[in-house]
Amino acid sequence: MTALTLYDKVWQQHVVRQEEGGTSFLYIDRHLVHEVTSPQAFEGLRINNRPLWRKSSILAVPDHNVPTTDRALGISDPVAKLQVDTLDENCTSFGLTEFKMTDLRQGIVHVIGPEQGATLPGMTVVCGDSHTSTHGAFAALAFGIGTSEVEHVMATQCLIQKKSKNMRVTIEGPVGKGVTAKDIVLAIIGKIGTAGGTGYAIEFAGEAIRNLSVEGRMTVCNMTIEAGARAGMIACDQTTIDYIKGRPFAPDEKNWEAAVSYWNTLHSDEGAVFDREVVIKGESIEPQVTWGTSPEMVVSVNGKVPNPANESDSVKSDGIKQALNYMGLEADEAIEQIFVDKVFIGSCTNSRIEDMRAAAAIAKGRKVADNVRLAMVVPGSGLVKQQAEQEGLDKIFIEAGFEWREPGCSMCLAMNADRLEPGERCASTSNRNFEGRQGQGGRTHLVSPAMAAAAAVFGHFTDVRKIN
Amino acid sequence: MEKFQKFTGIVAPMDRANVDTDAIIPKQYLKSIKRSGFGPNLFDDWRYLDRGEPGIDNAERRVDPDFILNKTPYKYAQILLARENFGCGSSREHAVWALTDFGFKVVIAPSFADIFFNNSFKSGLLPIVLNSTVVDQLFEELKAHEDYQLSIDLENQIVSNSAGAQIPFEVDEFRKHCLMNGLDDIGLTLQHAEQIKSFEQQYYQQSPWLK
Ligand code: SF4
Repeated sequence: MTALTLYDKVWQQHVVRQEEGGTSFLYIDRHLVHEVTSPQAFEGLRINNRPLWRKSSILAVPDHNVPTTDRALGISDPVAKLQVDTLDENCTSFGLTEFKMTDLRQGIVHVIGPEQGATLPGMTVVCGDSHTSTHGAFAALAFGIGTSEVEHVMATQCLIQKKSKNMRVTIEGPVGKGVTAKDIVLAIIGKIGTAGGTGYAIEFAGEAIRNLSVEGRMTVCNMTIEAGARAGMIACDQTTIDYIKGRPFAPDEKNWEAAVSYWNTLHSDEGAVFDREVVIKGESIEPQVTWGTSPEMVVSVNGKVPNPANESDSVKSDGIKQALNYMGLEADEAIEQIFVDKVFIGSCTNSRIEDMRAAAAIAKGRKVADNVRLAMVVPGSGLVKQQAEQEGLDKIFIEAGFEWREPGCSMCLAMNADRLEPGERCASTSNRNFEGRQGQGGRTHLVSPAMAAAAAVFGHFTDVRKIN
Repeated sequence: MEKFQKFTGIVAPMDRANVDTDAIIPKQYLKSIKRSGFGPNLFDDWRYLDRGEPGIDNAERRVDPDFILNKTPYKYAQILLARENFGCGSSREHAVWALTDFGFKVVIAPSFADIFFNNSFKSGLLPIVLNSTVVDQLFEELKAHEDYQLSIDLENQIVSNSAGAQIPFEVDEFRKHCLMNGLDDIGLTLQHAEQIKSFEQQYYQQSPWLK
């Protein structure tokens, strides 16, 4: 028998039909739906009078547009409100499971899927959202799709796909203290670049990855798309299985053993061949901070902003100049000397309970610095929020001067009222530092939750490893 | 979807790498529940000097005269010449809808982000990958001739210019077929409904916990 990669295995399980030239119909197990990329798909179904193929595969939630302040007041922006109302109506009329805005289980689509046990090992998971890669942390094949494909999956339960190539990124040995999943994935993107994974499915492996909690693994897989790959995956192990047990959508007792014995096969076989292998030494990874307008523009917190004069490739050198200009930074500036105006802790990258705990550990007993106008913590779901409150984390944040908000995407992409003003600089635990991402003219530096909390209390980037 | 036919069109240069979907269509426009009307807000942050919101009359806004797509003849461009990793970032198909609504039929780049590349075919936009040396050369030629035009022949998979240069390109057979015939691929897939059903039967027997 040929040795297969994890990606090969999950792919093979789902091929319904293969055309000449390798184009395949891939069967989809789980379809997550949110308000932004679904209205045109539902409309398409209606126009063509097509029913949903498998309603039970769909789980819907509004997250991008919802306010993070008092929910009882509803959504004040009429355009956003229409979009959320449209989702509610579509879910009602098509008979779908939806966690509405006021439901305790509501939250960011990539946080609630796993939290509910709706993401399981070996599944194919899709959503009209590029960060669907998050769910690969469960040895699932999960990737983002466009709206036409959302409609296609709704109507046929299949996607027309070509198989990607296999890449493995191995983090050898453990990472140092204070180095988190976010730092690992930023370091990977720094190394392979934002197009480094284009055309590949990436498997993350090695001791440092195995040592991560499921939450940390989700952070790593979440940003696979920032490395250019649609899907990132991590082998299933006991950590994965323990996480799933007892969640609402998880297999019941009758099927549990059979499921687990299948899940235990979800790893790359010994000797499986990858089209590309990347190895990074865990000990070489330090806390990361992005300085530019692409996630690959990243250095360690002890580093400096690069100098375009040192870059021989003219397209790259122009790119650095453009980024420095947009970010309002000087070449060779030390990262620790950069002061921030706002801090955002949240997004599908870093808004799970472990992230809340890491940020609270730094915030505890400290105060948000005077130069920081707003430091906000936005939990990933209502259940994360509840858990954090039971642990008293909300009090720690509020005492330190952070705002403690309702769950949603919030300032990750600033579709709601939470946004940066032109020129404002933000330490953010989200995943994209593109121009205008957090508000037109806003300047984003991507960091881990602990690093963001440190930037909030010291007012500038600070190596968390120096903090007691 | 309209059938993709052979045409000759003006080429607009977008001379920067990693043009992301947030730049192509900023998030505030994603609140729309329609598929059309995104063209006036294509590259909104670069195209206008003031901040745009859905519902604002774009004709009343302050335009940046230096932005390439605000200049003649590029206002009328049908082909966008771009750099590496075009369309990176989010899965928003609105990025493709904004490009086609503006009038683009083709984007040429050395590489594209996967999701954008996939989405393009679904809305009649043809992404053409050419190697970076060829793309460099096209940028040079464009610099020399303001109203530079290219002809796109999908059937024969050839990009050509008025001087007679012919550049072949690759495209997946199935996608080419759909694009050329304006086919809706949901309809195509549903022709195999029986096969999907029999797959399901066996699949759920094997993995009853997914049922
Ligand atoms: S948190 Fe940000 S990246 Fe994640 S789904 Fe929401 S908008 Fe997208």
